[in-house]
Amino acid sequence: MTALLVAFLVSTIAAATPLLLAATGELVVERVGVLNLGVEGMMLAGAIAAFATANETGITSLGILAALVAGSMLALLFAVISLTLQANQTATGLALTIFGRGFSALVGAGYVGIPAPTLPKLHIPLLSDIPVLGPVLFSHDILVYASLVILAIVAWTIRSTHLGLIFRAVGDSHDAAHALGYSVVPIRYAAVAFGGALAGLAGAYMSLAYTPLWAQDMTAGRGWVAVALVTFSAWRPFWLLIGAWFFGALMYLSLYVQALGVAIPSPLLSALPYIGTVVVLVLISRDARRIMLYRPAMLGRPFQARA
Amino acid sequence: MLKIEPRGIESKFWRYASPVLALLLTGATSGLIFAGMGRPAGLTVYTFLVAPLLQQDGLQALVVKAAPLIMMGVGLSLAYRANVWNIGTDGQFTLGAICGGGLALAFPDAPAWAIFPAMMVVGTMGGMASGGLVAWLRIRFNANEILTSLMLTYITQYLLVYLVVGPWRDPQGFGFPQTALFSDAAAGPRLIADTNVHIGILLAPLLAIALWFMLEKSLLGFQFRVLGQATRAAKFAGFSENRLVWIAMLVSGGLAGLAGLLEATGTLGQLTTTLSPSYGFTAIIVAFLGRLNPLGAIPAGLLLALTYLGGDAAQINLGLPNAVTGIFQGILLFYLLGCDFLLLHRVKFVSRTRLVSQASARAV
Repeated sequence: MTALLVAFLVSTIAAATPLLLAATGELVVERVGVLNLGVEGMMLAGAIAAFATANETGITSLGILAALVAGSMLALLFAVISLTLQANQTATGLALTIFGRGFSALVGAGYVGIPAPTLPKLHIPLLSDIPVLGPVLFSHDILVYASLVILAIVAWTIRSTHLGLIFRAVGDSHDAAHALGYSVVPIRYAAVAFGGALAGLAGAYMSLAYTPLWAQDMTAGRGWVAVALVTFSAWRPFWLLIGAWFFGALMYLSLYVQALGVAIPSPLLSALPYIGTVVVLVLISRDARRIMLYRPAMLGRPFQARA
Repeated sequence: MLKIEPRGIESKFWRYASPVLALLLTGATSGLIFAGMGRPAGLTVYTFLVAPLLQQDGLQALVVKAAPLIMMGVGLSLAYRANVWNIGTDGQFTLGAICGGGLALAFPDAPAWAIFPAMMVVGTMGGMASGGLVAWLRIRFNANEILTSLMLTYITQYLLVYLVVGPWRDPQGFGFPQTALFSDAAAGPRLIADTNVHIGILLAPLLAIALWFMLEKSLLGFQFRVLGQATRAAKFAGFSENRLVWIAMLVSGGLAGLAGLLEATGTLGQLTTTLSPSYGFTAIIVAFLGRLNPLGAIPAGLLLALTYLGGDAAQINLGLPNAVTGIFQGILLFYLLGCDFLLLHRVKFVSRTRLVSQASARAV
């Protein structure tokens, strides 16, 4: 029983990590008033960039670096079109997802079914050997801890720093922020690039640690779940963590129950996380007033400075 | 020096010129990418965009590929006009194929006059049910239709896999994940005998024209346009947003369902685990390339159908992965959206001296 519980918790944390990374990035992007629906595309680009680099060089940290670069480059492409050229953000985000899928499939065509070095699990002397808590808390790879640290930094920055205040001002009233002398568009560029880097990192976790392989469309909608998570959290970092763990658990359970050989056919179990997303989204969105209360007021709106 | 100034009103010229410019830029950019991959750029673009048409039966293959894209693009043009972001047409397409295909499998001996029209109705209703669910979740629970429609796509895909490897698998199929072939009666009429040129090729442009009339010439169409461009004005005018959301989702879902059913009967002849090569995302580009005008979806659908054939041709003739299609489509949508900047902005070439003199004149 304990072994089952440990396996459940360890796997849940692992499955939650890519969601958490991508959603943390998207949260920052949405807090400055930008809706980037290209998370799935950026994750895929990050996944293949990390995998290809790690495969060619044999160094996983270079792979992670490549994923950060790939994610933020794609995000900047989105920024140019939606922020500078002021195209519809929803449509531009979709374009980014389509492009990222195509790009990753093209680059990844030569990498299907071959191995790459994977991220090692950290083994911390003494701590990792504590029963139950040891494997659950101290047996993961570096990106799992990084995801938590990044979330904490983002939460603190948004809540308690001057930079966070500027970000929130830009997201809640870009005209007021502009009038105060803040450069709305460059700030949004920075947030979008940061969000892209984290989406890329989420992809790197998928291809270097979670799966760990490259397969076309391997993120399987996780980028979209991450977008849903941001709404679920009502744009608050702490709730992002809860949501990511919840969906991580759901993803693990749908695999685990299949392995047990329960009478439910496996394709239907695989659909479970997606059904869960719809259900949770419906439950959360039901209270429109609450959503409006937390939603960054400028979300999805283009900004044009009036001279 | 480049100088950018707002136009004030939308440029009529760029309204039609901007998709053309986007296409040219996409061609040039893809050429550069191919060159970067160490391929001859000209030959690759030629193989991708021209060669498929010159093949035997190339035009026939093109219209067969384009029919579902046009139908879905037409529905999305309507929905996006009203700011209803249905991005789950893939799922609606699949559910249409499941429902209509299921009927064909259940009644293998039914006569053609009965079974095929019934399949079209049931397929359309399948797509409408999926789209309608999204509309209901948005209206009743305020749930974002982008996310729900996309999640339903994944759910429907798993439902398809379940049916095709499970209860609907062909017992004589040697274990392949596919259903039995539909009966000849269920295959539907052909425009050209013994080809896969099914009636969808005729239906797609007719539906485009019908929806164009609805959108441009009727009060309902006017309401759609107002809701999309000026939500507040639509509310003051008393237009029911909920009603338009319902219509947008039911029509775009229904058209996708019909497209899925026709694809299953017309070109595949059975259900398999992969019905749609990302038609849902491609249909989004069709809608935008067609300027969210149902008539525009016809040439746009033909062009994007060409990118699928081009992907296959590039794979066969040049050994490129057919993912080239996806990257080409993504670049195209980027340029389409970016070029629309020219609709409302003028880019002027101004000599530096003139700028300086203007500035000094202002200073005086």
